[in-house]
Amino acid sequence: MRRLRSAASGWIVLLVLVVLWETATRIAGSLYFPPPSQIAETARQMWFSGPVSSLFLTDVVFEDLFASVARMLGGWAIAGVLGVALGVLLGRSATAMDYCGPIISFLRAIPPPTLVPVFLALFTLGTPMQLATIVFGTIWPILLNSVDGARSVDETKTETARAFRVSTVDWIFGVVLPAASPKIFAGLRISLSLSLVLMVISELVGSTEGIGYRLLYSQRQYDFPAMWASIVLLGVLGFLFNTGLSAIERRVLAWQPAHRQAALAAGTGA
Amino acid sequence: MSTMLEVTDLGHRYGDHTAIDRLSFTVAAGELVCIVGPSGCGKSTLLRTLSGLVASTTGHVALHGDEVRGVPDDLAVVFQDYSRSLFPWLTVQRNVEFPLKRKVSRAERRARAAEALEWVGLSGAGAKYPWQLSGGMQQRVAIARALAYRPALLLMDEPFASVDAQTRFELEDLLLRVRREHDTTILLVTHDIDESVYLGDRVLVLSKSPATIVANLKVDLPAERDQITTRESDTFVALRAETARLLHGGGTVRPRVQADPEGVAARFLAAERAEQAAQASKRHAAQN
Repeated sequence: MRRLRSAASGWIVLLVLVVLWETATRIAGSLYFPPPSQIAETARQMWFSGPVSSLFLTDVVFEDLFASVARMLGGWAIAGVLGVALGVLLGRSATAMDYCGPIISFLRAIPPPTLVPVFLALFTLGTPMQLATIVFGTIWPILLNSVDGARSVDETKTETARAFRVSTVDWIFGVVLPAASPKIFAGLRISLSLSLVLMVISELVGSTEGIGYRLLYSQRQYDFPAMWASIVLLGVLGFLFNTGLSAIERRVLAWQPAHRQAALAAGTGA
Repeated sequence: MSTMLEVTDLGHRYGDHTAIDRLSFTVAAGELVCIVGPSGCGKSTLLRTLSGLVASTTGHVALHGDEVRGVPDDLAVVFQDYSRSLFPWLTVQRNVEFPLKRKVSRAERRARAAEALEWVGLSGAGAKYPWQLSGGMQQRVAIARALAYRPALLLMDEPFASVDAQTRFELEDLLLRVRREHDTTILLVTHDIDESVYLGDRVLVLSKSPATIVANLKVDLPAERDQITTRESDTFVALRAETARLLHGGGTVRPRVQADPEGVAARFLAAERAEQAAQASKRHAAQN
């Protein structure tokens, strides 16, 4: 109940802000700051005025939104698989991190957008370059958190697994990964937000479709309502992905004490 | 009775420090042997060496006649710290099944785990997670996991040191019942003198570090034991005093304290209890 109420009050604040924004922009009448109602109308025309056969979605949705989301989630998923695999490997080795630590610190210190020109030269223009940018930018939080998580398996669990001669597969998938999963999820969450940012940035260069491309195109056409519509869409996407991941995390980590306490607090809260 | 475990001249050294020094003893099939020693005498090292978790520097360990190199296939361990040894992401049932994955089919795993949980009186708790159970129940899950594995030898490392006194008595009786019903061979390490006498068919007394065996006491108590009547029997009291005296002396010869042996034993017991209490409160503080 309490959680519902606190969620509701958050939405009320948002609604009030939108109303204030609407009033302010109407009064100001600036070309650069169209009122939210106009942005919404533009968004409807751009994305939701298609034929019934495609659920009112326009071609632009298929060209821009789906392409962008596919690249973003694809890059994030590749970074996830690589990051977790490498992280567990490095984390379970006593010496590997001593060798690789400095390299990782150096690589992750490079701002990923600066590598866009490099990837442009290395890969073909378009999706491969964009995927490379997203993967390179999002892998570090996942990798480092996986290393941390893999190291957090305590001595007693290690000895228990050894005493029962648990197989290597069961050891990695049954002990190390579950023990590391809270940390891995923390890394995945950071990377998901990063992947949205990097998706946009990678589409600003040499791209012919995608939300980032549409954003830049609108700005160059002085079509500010469309530009704002893309910005709002990115915000909505970020929010939806984060909510989705949180839901998955709650299910996967239901065994965790933190989630247990949250559940208890929600259950007893009046 | 055939010999289940045979330990010959076992020694372990960390650098210059000798943790255990040339230990030799045997455990017969179906026997429950307690190893009691002062805190920090190398009991845990001994257990880890026996289980193959740590390689010994000298000597041999043989389980049902086979030389132990690495962890043997039919050995189970119950550790003191149940909250860490159980897997919090698995239900009770799956915790018990987990070590069996390598050995038996899925259906067989289910059946064995359910059976072992019944032995320890937790048939209804299979679907729960470890954190939903009390400490004593969690340790029972760890015992069920070891029993379901059907080990030739069950090693227990201070298994009841992290639970309160009442639960401890319950678990001790549970262990005695389970080993009687299922004919399990058990080697149990403890620093608690009372516990070693109450549980054991024999008590091996270790000296201070480096650990050597000071005495091998046969416990002449009936197989059926009772927390109240057994503990007040003359045999129990005498054995407990004898063990305490041996622990206190700890040396190579037996320096019987002439003037007031009972007093020394009593003081030793008091000191042991104080230490346990301190450890318990420390653990309690750490948990909160």
